[in-house]
Amino acid sequence: MDFSIVVSEFASLFLDGIVVGAIYALVALGYTLVYGVLRLINFAHSEIFMLGTFACLGVTMLLGYTGFEEPIGIGLFLVTFILITFVAAVASGSAAMLLEVVAYRRLRRKGANRLSSLISAIGASFFLVELFRLMTDSKDWDFPRLLDKNSLFEVSSAYVTADKLVVLIGAFGLMFALDRIIQGTRLGRGIRAVSQDEKTAVLMGVDVDKVIAFTFLLGGILAGVASSFYMLFYEATKFNVGFLLGISAFTAAVLGGIGNIRGALAGSFALGLIQQFSSAILGYNWRDVVTFLILVLVLLFKPTGLFGEAIQRARV
Amino acid sequence: MSTSKISMPKFNLRDKFGDWWEGTTRNQRIIFRVSLIAFFYILPFLDNPVFGTTESDFSSVLFYPMGMYVLMAIGLNIVVGKSGILDLGYVAFFAIGAYTHAILALSFGFNFWVNVVLGMAFAMFAGVLLGLPALRLRGDYLAIITLGFGEIVRIVAINVNFTGGAAGLAGIPAPPNIFGVEFLVDDPRPYYWLVLTLTLLVIWAYMRLIKRRPGRAWEAIREDEDVAEFMGIATTKYKLWAFVLGGAIGGGAGAVYASQVTSIVPELFDLNVSIMILACVVFGGMGNLWGVAFGAALLGYFPEKLRFLSDTRILFFGLLMVVMMNIRPDGIIPRKKREKVYDKNTGKEVSR
Repeated sequence: MDFSIVVSEFASLFLDGIVVGAIYALVALGYTLVYGVLRLINFAHSEIFMLGTFACLGVTMLLGYTGFEEPIGIGLFLVTFILITFVAAVASGSAAMLLEVVAYRRLRRKGANRLSSLISAIGASFFLVELFRLMTDSKDWDFPRLLDKNSLFEVSSAYVTADKLVVLIGAFGLMFALDRIIQGTRLGRGIRAVSQDEKTAVLMGVDVDKVIAFTFLLGGILAGVASSFYMLFYEATKFNVGFLLGISAFTAAVLGGIGNIRGALAGSFALGLIQQFSSAILGYNWRDVVTFLILVLVLLFKPTGLFGEAIQRARV
Repeated sequence: MSTSKISMPKFNLRDKFGDWWEGTTRNQRIIFRVSLIAFFYILPFLDNPVFGTTESDFSSVLFYPMGMYVLMAIGLNIVVGKSGILDLGYVAFFAIGAYTHAILALSFGFNFWVNVVLGMAFAMFAGVLLGLPALRLRGDYLAIITLGFGEIVRIVAINVNFTGGAAGLAGIPAPPNIFGVEFLVDDPRPYYWLVLTLTLLVIWAYMRLIKRRPGRAWEAIREDEDVAEFMGIATTKYKLWAFVLGGAIGGGAGAVYASQVTSIVPELFDLNVSIMILACVVFGGMGNLWGVAFGAALLGYFPEKLRFLSDTRILFFGLLMVVMMNIRPDGIIPRKKREKVYDKNTGKEVSR
């Protein structure tokens, strides 16, 4: 227990909390979107993220990076990183759509109970984890350092580095884009309609299958982008990377009120900060215990989260 | 969604057997039961190339994974199958039982038999601690909470001192001799008989329980919790009982497991154990004890028998869960459907 570190390192912990929170937010949005239309927690979403991290790694390998290069210039970096992010988004997005077809669609059409869908998704999740464990030899895989991580400038104790800026700018840009899609496009309106009332949405001519597939695609793309940010920031992955990140992102979504998009954002940043400060005080080993305790406390005392459970009322 | 449709499985092992069973006399039933139990007790001596395992010793396969899977699957079946509570942290109870025996035997010299009971008691206590708050939640939230609980128990076991940390505990004593049977490190057969005896006891208790009020309450809760509550069933109480009793069986299994393997590390109790046991329940047929026991035995056996399955068993189990839910959600031996069918003209109940 060392509380003095909170004071001396406040700015540094705060910055890292926001960066980690931005990555959580992108994954949490996937949970919240799917929950909105299906009223189900997509258990395999964390594995969609994990798949994205390996897609990022695959691209750098194809580009010939071995991990020993000097960091590249900013122009080349942006081109490379956008390519990596694009491939990860495509891989995660298509995996998420495939997941919906394999694990959810048939059960949904049959009108099966929630337990069946849950078990099916958990099975799919374990299948993916195990598939990647076997394919990657259970090893830790390092991501090459593409960007110089020396501090650009300092704010109090916080070292502002280029990778943190990229994550923050990218994440906020994506959140804005998502807002426009949900608000402004036809399919976005479909998502809001199905979230509000599926039966009436069908009567109004909304193609529910298409909307649900699109929701999974959006969630998958967000998870794919999150995975490339994650790789840039942490520079390593493993087959089980999705599990703890998934629990954190899910906790963030519940903290903000699952199904509520703005809530998911607020919950993610709050959780990122809580994790950084609690790890500084209690030690890194207890980070996940703290996350879990938050989840339990929120579910027990305010299961609708801080901002309420409803995608439509948030109007985002 | 359509709920009025009566599902008619194409081939139902349970009904076929049930019809035969209905027609037997009391003596025939006793002979059947006794010979079945005797068959299981002499099973370790029936090691032959046809169904014996080549990669590892057949009796040790009978103890773990088969016996352990069956015992734990029966315990989890009370929670998931009977009451419809999705528990993804079942391994926590197993771990609590194992650590109870290990710590109490190593530090205080407690007898194994005392530790089994204490392991079950501690598992039940943990079940109450988690269940009281958590069981108020809906299915998918509950699944996440129990999932986290399983992981937390493991993380705590790594990070505190009295569990031996990540290195675990070694030299856990075997059970003392009983009825002239010695528990030796290199002979898994007594442990198999121990698990078998425990399993039979659990089955006996379970069969008595489900015919009475708790069993009916659990089924009502599984089918529709709101209606069950409305009909005057204390849903929280019965859900907690299901959770705690399932946990007790997991705890007992853990103590037996620790006494056989003699050393335990936190990594033995990861999420995969919970998922494998869940796959056993799902595969066998949620809610039907015989299906679950049979399914668990098969899922324990095949990865040991077929070489290509042993390294990829989680992959296979995960796939199995998706496929079973999509194609045959009631499992290989579905539970008896307690639907009453009435004749259209007379309005009298008819048998299906």
